[in-house]
Amino acid sequence: MSSIGSVIWSSVGKKVITGLTGFFLIGFIVVHLLGNLTLFIGPAAFNEYAHFLETAAHGWLIYVFEAGMLVIFAFHIVAAVTVAVTDKMAARKTGYKYARNAGGRSRKTLASRSMIVSGIVIAFFVIAHIFLFKFNAGNPLPENADGTKNLYKVVVTAFKDPAFTAFTVIAMILLGLHLRHGFWSAFQSMGWTNDRWLPTLTRAALVVAIVLAIGFILLPIILFVNGDPNAMPLPGGH
Amino acid sequence: MSDSSANKNNSPSKGMTIHLKIWRQARGAAQGKFVDYTVKDIQKEMSFLEMLDILNEDLVRKGEEAIEFDSDCREGICGTCGLVVSGVAHGRHAGTTTCEIRMRHYEDGDTITVEPFRAGPFPIIKDLVVDREAFDRIQRKGGFVSTNVGSAPDGNAILVPKEAADNAMDAATCIGCGACVAACPNASASLFVSAKISQFAWLPQGDPERSRRALAMIGQMDEEGFGDCSNHGECEAVCPKQISIQNIAKMRREFIRAALRG
Repeated sequence: MSSIGSVIWSSVGKKVITGLTGFFLIGFIVVHLLGNLTLFIGPAAFNEYAHFLETAAHGWLIYVFEAGMLVIFAFHIVAAVTVAVTDKMAARKTGYKYARNAGGRSRKTLASRSMIVSGIVIAFFVIAHIFLFKFNAGNPLPENADGTKNLYKVVVTAFKDPAFTAFTVIAMILLGLHLRHGFWSAFQSMGWTNDRWLPTLTRAALVVAIVLAIGFILLPIILFVNGDPNAMPLPGGH
Repeated sequence: MSDSSANKNNSPSKGMTIHLKIWRQARGAAQGKFVDYTVKDIQKEMSFLEMLDILNEDLVRKGEEAIEFDSDCREGICGTCGLVVSGVAHGRHAGTTTCEIRMRHYEDGDTITVEPFRAGPFPIIKDLVVDREAFDRIQRKGGFVSTNVGSAPDGNAILVPKEAADNAMDAATCIGCGACVAACPNASASLFVSAKISQFAWLPQGDPERSRRALAMIGQMDEEGFGDCSNHGECEAVCPKQISIQNIAKMRREFIRAALRG
């Protein structure tokens, strides 16, 4: 009867796509945060971690992973943006002149209302931080004595810039806001909820949002305030 | 009561004065506007719709056109009435329809705004009356069991778990008033459609047609131009039957199941 395409891009299909890709993205940022923590161990640990990622499976892993992330991001963004466009453009052309929140059992929050805005800012941040940290803003990457990339230096240098540090902090606050609604909403969009689990999941969303946002904010702030916390000659460095 | 003892003539009829801002829109007009009205002598015991009846009687006496609004049973079971009262569909009290709003919730001198349910697929017919036939068209795509189930089966011949029966019954309390659409920031009909899908999906009688039902009703919902759900949950908060958004989750499970099976 209905073609695969029309089913997938139906209103419910788009929710399932947004939720499913959302789970992958949440998994990714958890791993990303754990990876960031190697910065606190020291330059060597961070550079070795980066080196491992870039050379695993003869350097193939990173490309497969990046391609996968690109596809996941694309589906998440396209599904979410088309939802937002349908809602804003078509569904209610004449708005209420006087509208209030219903309160009570509603889950409508600042977070749920601003998903598209927080999402767009996060997308810009993702692009900016890849440009900066992966490509060193177009400059050649600094190297360690053994010829491996010194990404640690790139990160520490980037967070000397108050503008970029502020942008990072704002983007990560918005990431927290995005997850406040997005975490439980992903379960709901996949149909993995019921009346017993919904209250627990909405509370868990708040915890996940706060923990991940603080985790990602801590690093740039510490680096900005302290400069290089491991300001010592790099092992095997200059 | 203290306010009646304050009445000098001791008559119980001296009631509240209520100011109303009511949306008026001529039949076929693309736009309308708020018109201010004041009604006097409103008793606490009256319902909100009785107050509108009194206002309409006043208007007719003055030779003006009465305000059109929908209502039928006036006891919260038929789903005909539906107004956005002071910014909330069916008013600010949970679990009630517009006809169940009582004037005892208001104070003398209060101002109440009254708007129609607004959504692209619910075009305004006149004043506060909207066309909700989109819901009927969705229902016609699968909101029924098309097999003849015969007479009542022997007890326990078909086993239905208590939880499943409860879930189906809760979903079946939907009266199709459209408040979920009216309250949704996206004008999504997800709560209505999910209630109609899941009331059958929980039961063995609904099982043979569950995939076809889910895809057809969701397809019609999209075709009508309802918005997409963003899990705000405003629908559940205004639903006069307090239908839970767990039905929307159930609808998505039904959708995934149907999509995978083809």
